[in-house]
Amino acid sequence: MSRPLSIIVLIKQVPEIEKVKFDFKTGRLDRSSAGAVINPFDLNALEAAVRIKEKIGAIVTAISMGPKTAENSLRDAIARGADKAILLTDIRFAGADTLATSYTLASAIRKLGSFDLVVCGEKTIDGDTAQVGPEVAEFLGIPHVAYVEEIREVNRDEILVKSKMGRSYYLIALSFPGLITVTKDVNTPRLPTLRDKIRSRKSEITIWNADFLLDVAEIGRFGISGSPTTVAKVYAPHTEKRRGLILKGNMEDAARRIVTVLKELRIVG
Amino acid sequence: MKERGDVLVFAEQENGEIHQVSYELLGKGRELADRLGVKLNAVLLGWHIENKASELVYRGADNVFLYEHPSLQDFDAVRYSRNIVKLVKETRPDIFLIGATRIGRTLAPKIAAALRTGLTADCIDLDLDSDGNLIQIRPAFSGNIMAQIRTKTRPQMATVRYRVMQMREKDTRREGKIIKKKVEVINETGMKIIEKIRADEVNLPEAEVIVSGGRGLKKPEDFSLLQELAGLLGGIVGSSRPLVDAGWISKDHQVGFSGNTGKPKVYIACGISGAPQHLFGMRDSDVIIAINKDPTAPIFNISDYGVIGDLYEFVPLLIREIKKELRRKKA
Repeated sequence: MSRPLSIIVLIKQVPEIEKVKFDFKTGRLDRSSAGAVINPFDLNALEAAVRIKEKIGAIVTAISMGPKTAENSLRDAIARGADKAILLTDIRFAGADTLATSYTLASAIRKLGSFDLVVCGEKTIDGDTAQVGPEVAEFLGIPHVAYVEEIREVNRDEILVKSKMGRSYYLIALSFPGLITVTKDVNTPRLPTLRDKIRSRKSEITIWNADFLLDVAEIGRFGISGSPTTVAKVYAPHTEKRRGLILKGNMEDAARRIVTVLKELRIVG
Repeated sequence: MKERGDVLVFAEQENGEIHQVSYELLGKGRELADRLGVKLNAVLLGWHIENKASELVYRGADNVFLYEHPSLQDFDAVRYSRNIVKLVKETRPDIFLIGATRIGRTLAPKIAAALRTGLTADCIDLDLDSDGNLIQIRPAFSGNIMAQIRTKTRPQMATVRYRVMQMREKDTRREGKIIKKKVEVINETGMKIIEKIRADEVNLPEAEVIVSGGRGLKKPEDFSLLQELAGLLGGIVGSSRPLVDAGWISKDHQVGFSGNTGKPKVYIACGISGAPQHLFGMRDSDVIIAINKDPTAPIFNISDYGVIGDLYEFVPLLIREIKKELRRKKA
């Protein structure tokens, strides 16, 4: 039998967004009551990789960059079907913007050696940039297809994906090595079984620091020093108040009043 | 002192049509270029699109860098980025703006990484500080907070959300240069378009009337009620995120931070409470009408007309009254 595909899934640990408290006056956020989970879009990426593994055989490696506690998310990734997990953790990685993050992740992938496919979620729910996947692809010098909604076929040399861009759907054959970012439409991630959860508790998470990547990367391009963008200020979204006419009680009168408004706007008549 | 670079805008085209967001970027780009005392340039790639280049001039560009080749007819991240990266290295713009469409967000990060420059995603406003540096304003945490981002490197790159910037009136007397560039032709990119299928798309960003449903709807079939209302008003149906997530309606219909931004003449919110994530995608509508049972729903804070009541009672009455009005008009 031929060698299995090597698939890398990039994972970010994010706060549970529903539980983050936002102070709308100051724009500050309080994450203390929020737990940490795998970015929901990355669950779709992981599921996509695991399905390819089940279909044609693959070794799935989950890579994450973050604090030591991100080990929990990588364990979760193993419970959900990843074979190996690598955590990039170092104070020198901290404070990275998308460029430095992508550079660091791409360096780790280089360090790992050969691979066929990198799968990422469309975006993260905290940063919302959707930039890391495509930037990693560029740093690795490989093509990428973003916003993949469907994986049609996969063989040892290429993957056939459907992506919607502009007013069209594109069916694209992407040769390996390549990178895709997937939307939530691509699949429904499975839940890990209890047995898988227990198994993942004992599995080993490989830890890499900045020094470990020295032969493939420049340290100055990690973390804050490698980040060209900075957050200058954070604040609450400006919501324009325009509390206008309130109609209540008789709904028939209210409906007539709205029709008058629609007539004035020349939407009706 | 170093000479300041120009402002560059990526002109997105699909099937030979310029995406409206590109005109919006030219509107904002013109303002920034004038404040900085520099030129506003556009880059357009495609095939048989020379006639579109003058459109970009009419909307504010001083120079249009035109790349025409059959291999550039459809968007291809590798081919587009390679040519644009070369142009940026040659012309050294100070600011580079790209629409935050799926094409723009596929392309921009690839270019930024190649140039090793900073990129800010999905901006909703742009400004300049007193030194002429770009201040990029963008939402984060699903629209719950806003952040101001600055970039140390050049060009300062940003993708900008569709329907948030003003485009300029088309001025056919405006003059500008169309500069034909030599295309670097790349044969093998590792990607091949096997099929291109035109999508039956719900064009929310360009709708004049949107009738949206939220958690006040009891079951998926009830969207038909909103569809009837939207149909009478020549509009389309929108939705808040929870119903899209639950699979009640497709993502094309989603209004909000993680969906579409609409700027209709009339937005009718039915059973939508008004979470920040939703308000994000509709608060710039000309007139907002909301119907909700809960008088404390935040949606009423941004509504021009707020109806406190049950949508299942109100919407059918509204439909009846509109039909009456239409019949009267006919008679």
